[in-house]
Formats: sequence, C-alpha cells, structure tokens
Amino acid sequence: MSPLRARSAWLPAAIVGGLAATMLVIAGCGGGGGGSTTEAQKTVGAGEGKLNIICWAGYCEDGTTTKGVDWVTPFEKQTGCQVNVKVDGTSDQMVDDMRSGQYDGVSASGNATAKLVAGGDVAPVNTDLVPNYQTIFADLKNQPYNTFDGVNYGIPHGRGADLLMWRTDKVHPAPTSWSVILDPNQAKKYAGHISAYDDPIYIADAAVYLKAHDPSLGITDPYELDSKQFDAAVNLLKQQHPYVGDYWSDFTKQINLFTNGDDQVGTTWQYQYFTLKANKVPVAAPGASTGFVPTEGATGWSDTWMIAKNAAHPNCMYKWMNYVTSAPVQAQIMQWFGEAPAQSKACDPTTVTTADKELGLPADPQFCDEYHAADPSFWKRVYYWKVPVSDCGDSRGNVCKDYNDWAAAWTQIKG
Amino acid sequence: MEAAGVTAEPPKRSVGRRLADLFYGRRRLQVGTLLAGPMGWLVIGYLGSLAVLLISSFWSVNALSGELQKSFTGHNYDALINTSVYTDVAVRTVGIAAAATVTDVALALPIAFYMAKVAGPRARGILVVAILMPLWSFYLVKVYAWQAMLAPGGVIDWALNPLGLSGPGYGATAVWLVESYLWLPYMILPVYAGLERIPNSMISASEDLGANPWNTFRRVVLPLAFPAVVAGSIFTFSLTLGDYITPTLVSPDTQFIGNVIYANHTNNIPLAAAYAMVPILVMVLYLAIARRLGAFEHL
Repeated sequence: MSPLRARSAWLPAAIVGGLAATMLVIAGCGGGGGGSTTEAQKTVGAGEGKLNIICWAGYCEDGTTTKGVDWVTPFEKQTGCQVNVKVDGTSDQMVDDMRSGQYDGVSASGNATAKLVAGGDVAPVNTDLVPNYQTIFADLKNQPYNTFDGVNYGIPHGRGADLLMWRTDKVHPAPTSWSVILDPNQAKKYAGHISAYDDPIYIADAAVYLKAHDPSLGITDPYELDSKQFDAAVNLLKQQHPYVGDYWSDFTKQINLFTNGDDQVGTTWQYQYFTLKANKVPVAAPGASTGFVPTEGATGWSDTWMIAKNAAHPNCMYKWMNYVTSAPVQAQIMQWFGEAPAQSKACDPTTVTTADKELGLPADPQFCDEYHAADPSFWKRVYYWKVPVSDCGDSRGNVCKDYNDWAAAWTQIKG
Repeated sequence: MEAAGVTAEPPKRSVGRRLADLFYGRRRLQVGTLLAGPMGWLVIGYLGSLAVLLISSFWSVNALSGELQKSFTGHNYDALINTSVYTDVAVRTVGIAAAATVTDVALALPIAFYMAKVAGPRARGILVVAILMPLWSFYLVKVYAWQAMLAPGGVIDWALNPLGLSGPGYGATAVWLVESYLWLPYMILPVYAGLERIPNSMISASEDLGANPWNTFRRVVLPLAFPAVVAGSIFTFSLTLGDYITPTLVSPDTQFIGNVIYANHTNNIPLAAAYAMVPILVMVLYLAIARRLGAFEHL
C-alpha cells in the first residue's frame, strides 16, 4: 500500500474523530457554577502568603503609579500576604476575570455584584470576621447590591458619582448639566472632542439625563427602562455618536486624550480627574458646592469587596477586606481616588489630615462633608450601577430591557 | 564456565531496538506515527476550535448572571441578520479589506516589476531589504506611529496645511491607509516571485511582435502574474479583515468586525462567536475564488 493511499484511508476518520472528541469535551464542560449556595467562612486563619485581587484604578495603590501613594505594601508587611493586583476598566471585564478562577477577590460595582452572585462565582461574607464592618455607614449595609436573599456577599468599599469633566481652556461657559454632551445642539459645538464611557451601562447616563429633561417618559430608575424609555435613551446616544471623539474604557487613554486636547469634555472618574489636575492639565468638574454632580444627578457606584467562591487565599482576602475598610486606609484611598468612604471613622478630621500628610495632599478636614459621606439624602441623586433585568421592580412587571438588550443596543449606538 | 553463563542469557535489547522492530515492515504505522503530531495539531487546534466556535454561536447568555446557557438557539444569527448595524459593519470591513488590497496591488506591481525585471542584482538586494525592513519593527509600534501622524495637528495635518488641505483624521480612511501600509510587503513579495518566473524572452517576443510597453504589460505580464497577485491578495485581504487593533487605535468611533467581536467577548460570547462566522465565510468564499484563479500554485 502506498503512503498516499494509507493517508486517504484514515484522514477523514481522524477528522471526524477529532471533532467528535472536541464536542465531547465541550459537552463535558457544562454544568458547574451557578445557583448552589456556599457557607460563609467561620474563622480567619493564618495568611496564605499570597493574594490576587481585581481592583478599579486607584483602589489598590502600591507606590508604582505615584511614589509615596502606597497602602498595599504596609498590608503585605503586616500580613505576609503578597498582593498581586489586576486593574480592570469595566465591570464586564471584572466578571470575566473572576470567572477565570485566578483571583481571590474583587472591588465590584453593583452591575458586577449581582452577576457574580447569580453566577455562583463569589461566596457569602461573614461580616463578623471583618471587625471594621461594625462602623461602616448604615445606609451602605444590607443593600440590594451587596446582600442577596438576606445573605451578605461583601464589604462596602466606598461610593461616588460619574464625573462630568471639561478642559477649562476649551469649554465655555463652564457646564453645569450633562446637556453639554447629551443635547445634540450643545454637543455639536465640541464635535469630535467628546469623551464617553465605552460600556453598555453608559445608556443609564442618557436615562438620567432624560429623567430630568423629558418627564413625559416617566423614567424613575435609569436601569429599569421599558421599551419606550429605552429607545429614547438609545436614540439620544445615537444622536450623540457623531460628536463623540472617543469611547474610553482604558482610563490611561482618556488621560492622554484630555492631556493633548483631543478630548475636551466628557464623562470620567475621579481618578482621571485628579491625575490630570496633578499633571497641571487645565480640567474642571462640578465643584464641591454641587457635590461634584451636574444638575440632573449622575450615575455612580457603590463598590463592594467580594471574595471568590473557590478563593485560593481566603484568609488573606479576609485580612484585606478588614484592612481596606480600616479608617486610616479608607481615608487614604478615598481622598486619593476622590469618593465617599464607607468607613464612618475615616471621616474623623485627624484621620483625614494624617492621610493627607502621607499622600502629600493639602490638609482637607472637610473631605467627608464635601463628598457627602454621611448624607444619605444626597445619594438619592446618584444612581448606582446595577444589572438591568426584565423585571422592572414596579407595577410595570417584566417589560423592562435586560442586560442582553443593553449590550446589543450599545453595539448599535457605536454604529 | 563463566563464558558459557553469559551466552545462556538472552541478548539485552534496547528500547530503540524494540521500537525499530515494531515499525519494521509496517507502512501504515510508520506514516501514521509520523503524521500523528501535525495532524493532531491541525484537527484539534484548528478544526476543533472552529467546531467550538460554531457550537457556541448557537448558545446564549443569561441576562442576569452573564453566564453561558448551553442550549441550542438560533437567536444570535437572527439578531445578526435582522439588525442593520451588523450588516453595515460587515460591509464596511469587507470594503476596507478590498480597498486596502487594491491599493497594495497598485503599489506592489510597479515595485515588484522593477525589482524582477529592471533592477540590477545590487539594487534588487537593497529593495528586498527595504521592503522587509518594516517587518523588523513591532506591529503595534507602527500603528501607534500612524496614530500620532494622523492625530489632529499631527505630522500629516502639518504637511498638508500649507496646501490648504487637512489630513483624513481618525476614521475609516485612516484604517484604509494604515492597513495598506501594514500589509504591503505581503503583496510585494509574492508578486515579485511571480514576475521573476516570467521568462524575459516572452517580454522580448511581445516587443518583437510590435506590442507597445502597455500592451506587453496588459496582455503578457499581467495574465502571467495574476495568480501571484491573487496569492498576495489573500494576505492583504484576510489580515485586514481580521484586524481589530488598527481600527481601535485610528478609528475610535467607527466599528469593524473585529471591534464588535472584541466588544462582545466580555458580555456575549455566543453573539461574538456567531459574528466571527462572517469573516470565516467571507474568507472561504475568497479562497474558493482564489483557487479557481490558480493562486495556490504561486504560494
């Protein structure tokens, strides 16, 4: 038999066999995750020597981004847990990374917490093992984004609102409303220089705007949108699209674009704002008098430290959750990032100014008042990120657009 | 006595020796073992991943948890067909891939012809090095360089402003320019190889028979080099079709197939998988046509 004949005989069989084997492997990969509840940890033992966490930018500084801004190294020295930080730009990326099984915990916003709990990726948190939980602000405890079916799934970290930022040398007059980027007539003026967040959750920003400017739509919650409300928000963003210079999910890219003036006005986070300020770029945002929020209010976040269900270093994660919510550390993180702390004791003026000294910032004993840390009524104008679901949560029933619809619409908005 | 004891033991056979015996005279086993590695790689690595892609394109994701729901649904394909944005993006991407290919052909033909038929050995060597030189630098570096050049107020604007013009800025035009630049060497090299194979005597014969240079090029050189052009176009077309980094960097607000897939990979993998079928189908079609045109004899 010639080699050629031999090959022709078994080649098709090999291909079919290979495909069949692949499909079997895929079928075998099913199941797992989802649904099943795990018990929260009962005790915290000795650290495992390592900790892998996913953080928002500015939450886990170890002195490498800015010299002297470092609360990770003291934690490593105290606990012997070597921290490995991954910084993500979107909640979807965080969920994806948590599902890789390589991480012990995450600073999750509300649009990630619900996903992680529903997917069975995170374990309940025993708050008794986190002594600093006692003095967390009461209005952050047992909230729908950190407590599910009465079970606590995380330790509150801090909260803030998405920021409207502009270049003072390019944008006149200083805007007080989101209309500068969402009203097509005003956005036109900055065509090609508007910066928008590249994530389906940005549709909620349009909904917040419409809630104030188009009462006939009857929007009550920017994440619970029925068809009519949803279409209006999507249309608004489609009208905005030609004027957008850049959709960002990489904060360093946004910092660069604002620095060189390609971006002149847009939505951002406090992290970018303060980095640009420190670099002497002429940027501004709504001042402390308005609570840093435009007239319509804003989307925002209330973040939660969660622990992976199958964390390889659970003791280090518990130690981290307690450390990161301690008053001195919270005073540092919150002032560095520019958000309201979850830890009430972090608002003590001496704690605040001590942290300022360590960070090299001017003393700001009024910090917590400016950020409304202890003012629950203020946060009614800030709509924390959450996962849109079909159940509107009110008398409308199951007619709201779910996250799959949001994600599909986002592709359409970007054209 | 001692000598007798040694000979009584059966001779020790090494592993290699036994393997050699096993393979001796068994053609099927020989060929099979030789090809098992590469074939396994091909079947599992290539066809297997395609199968996974195809299967997952019929799944969906849970709207709350974002987890995969592994039950069959045609919903993704339904959405792709009935939502204009996916068609628009696909048409735009194929259009840019075709435009970049045509541009590269137009640039490559004269350069390759000069190299193959006009230049002396020394000039030819220098040109080959010049064409290969861009491949020495990292892909990202080149795209970032274009990003800086195309920026408003960048080098291109600066050069065009005195003429009362301005650069194309970011967008589809920028993608076309950068893709044409990136993949040009992949077009020049096969075309050069194809032209070199054309005997000089044919060109002389054409001239002797009274054809002017244009006719010689159009009726002799081009038909003979055409399969090589098609071979080169496979590279320029497919590389442009699948690129998402260049569009991300020089076209932040205009999406291409790769960007849509990239944007969906975190929140809707099945939809991304279904959309990934589009470039695959386009390439299957393209390769089928290329095969008919004889491109594979020139690779």
